[in-house]
Amino acid sequence: MSAPARGGSTTYLEAIRQGLWEEMETDERVFLLGEDIGVYGGAFKVTDGFLDRYGEKRVIDTPISEAAIVGAAVGAAMMGMRPVAEMQFIDFISCAFDQLTNVAAKTRYRWGAGVPIVVRGPAGGGVHGGPFHSLQAESYFTHTAGLKVVCPATPYDAKGLIKAAIRDDDPVVFQEHKYLYRRIKEDLPDDDFIVPLGKARIARDGTDLSILTWAAMVHVALEAAGSLAGDGVEVEVVDLRTLVPLDEETILTSVARTGRAIILHEAPRTGGFGGEVAATIAEKAFEYLEAPIVRVTAPDTPVPYSPPLEEFYLPGRDDVVEIAKKLVGY
Amino acid sequence: MSDSTATSIQAPGIVVPEGLDLAREQYLDLYWYMLLNRKLEERLVNLYRQGKVVGGVYRSLGQEAESVGTAYALEERDFVSPLIRNLGSILVKGAEPAEILKQYMAKGTGPSKGRDLNIHFGDVKRGFIGPVSMLGDMIPVMAGVALAARLKGEDRVCLAYIGDGGFSTGASHEGWNFICVQRLPVILVAEDNCYAYSTPIEKQMGNRDMVTRAEGYGCAGEQVDGNDVLQSYAAARSAVERARGGGGPTLIEVKTYRRKGHAEHDDQRYVPKEELQSWEAKDPVDRYHRFLIEEGILSKEQAAQVERKVVANLDAAVAEAEAAPMPEPGTALDDVWSTPRWTAAHPNFHDFSEEIVT
Repeated sequence: MSAPARGGSTTYLEAIRQGLWEEMETDERVFLLGEDIGVYGGAFKVTDGFLDRYGEKRVIDTPISEAAIVGAAVGAAMMGMRPVAEMQFIDFISCAFDQLTNVAAKTRYRWGAGVPIVVRGPAGGGVHGGPFHSLQAESYFTHTAGLKVVCPATPYDAKGLIKAAIRDDDPVVFQEHKYLYRRIKEDLPDDDFIVPLGKARIARDGTDLSILTWAAMVHVALEAAGSLAGDGVEVEVVDLRTLVPLDEETILTSVARTGRAIILHEAPRTGGFGGEVAATIAEKAFEYLEAPIVRVTAPDTPVPYSPPLEEFYLPGRDDVVEIAKKLVGY
Repeated sequence: MSDSTATSIQAPGIVVPEGLDLAREQYLDLYWYMLLNRKLEERLVNLYRQGKVVGGVYRSLGQEAESVGTAYALEERDFVSPLIRNLGSILVKGAEPAEILKQYMAKGTGPSKGRDLNIHFGDVKRGFIGPVSMLGDMIPVMAGVALAARLKGEDRVCLAYIGDGGFSTGASHEGWNFICVQRLPVILVAEDNCYAYSTPIEKQMGNRDMVTRAEGYGCAGEQVDGNDVLQSYAAARSAVERARGGGGPTLIEVKTYRRKGHAEHDDQRYVPKEELQSWEAKDPVDRYHRFLIEEGILSKEQAAQVERKVVANLDAAVAEAEAAPMPEPGTALDDVWSTPRWTAAHPNFHDFSEEIVT
């Protein structure tokens, strides 16, 4: 596999590959470690060709040891490196939970050592991965002070955000949505662009209702918005892009304009990050609301395997349309 | 004390390792750090009883030799990751008694500005990275320190400690296995101090000799008397040379004993009295003191002078720590992320209803 293109018509997966490649080209502190990322190029081929170009010192195939992968990234980061650790599936980040939440997240606070690591991996459902290959893990980490959490929805953002995450001085959990890996394409510029952490994006302008969402659900929201436009309802879709830091200004400005808010996410409802967004709106934009804030989320179950079950589990366009109509008529 | 009450246990001597090549100053350094370790902890206990140390005090009484001896084998550029009872190792790496005291006393000018306890802090410049409470976590972290050095072409050896309890964690296995696979220049000092909190080593592992794990991991292994500072030093020194020469990691098992409870609140009711007495007779500081006198490295008067100097050093450190200010409450918000203070510095913070929510 040759070097990735720079820009051009680019899938979500290829965008991440470009971003990683470019950061490794320009910054020798950047190195990769993870399971099957070298010889095999990663389970999804995000790092295909990296071993040939950068060698086994900078592309490290590790044992099946997520705690060692993230822990080693932490130690190297303390020494001034910029490690990028791959979780083969983001679900396996549970095995590195302690390193992330207790070591990476707290070291700056405890004694001043920054831990600029990126822990990235494929998240999300829709590919029949079942209970251990489908997780949206953001809420475990948004609740941990000291971590940043990124969930891109487009190739442009995936590339710009992975580059920004690597350059960031704090530990970043970077959730790639595997359903999007090869399903969406976008023309990307060939310059060294980044997308700053902490900035949401208006994915579609609208005046009647705001849908606040991230990752693959951005595309569900856009589908719903298209459908609702046929009924004369103009929906604004806000792609949060990063959950920590949270772009409160864009959220509140949008809700203040539309007066109605749906929070749409793929993770289960209870304790999901949607509750945090809802609370922020309720505390800071209550007087602008024309209707209750409503969450559209997965139910409080593990992610099931069988297609009819998984389809039932994942929020879909029709779920959003139904709720949106109720809110507009409230 | 009459001889009859001094127990009938034969107090062992110090075994001078073959080929040991220490200058007189180095013999004295080892003595200095062991004494400093012990007497600093005694001060901490006093301050704890006065309510001035607000967290726990975790003694290393009886383990000073292995902490000091192994860390003393490192060079300035090398790294150590202590556990809670390895105070001696960071003293060797240049940690100052005053900063340890401020840390225990939760002072605002301590190394963690009052945010964390005991020796839970590090200094990359001086080459030590303190522990977290989750045991074994620092072994993967030291793998990363060694990987970074390899990537940067720096010559650094890393040394981490793990106890008989901590070696039961998954993190310790994952980290040490990775280090052995990568042949990184890391030394793991596995401490058999007989107890993990109240749990005896028999309830941690099926084979009490942790050194036997070296073969399974594919690294060098050595087992030494951890209450003998020279044996601890020599084992670490040869491991350092092996690591620096590209020979990969070494697991050193030190046999020692925790003569106090897990922390000051723990009355050790689970420990048989005779067992404690047998280890008191093997006290590592006493043993080394006798050795220095018997070998003529130090006269009794000179030894007393060293002790007086340690005491004076600690008097000054305690005074400095007592005078140090507590942290300003609001600084609890600082330094979580790289932005100075999250809410205030957040460029997007925008309170739409400040008249309602303040």
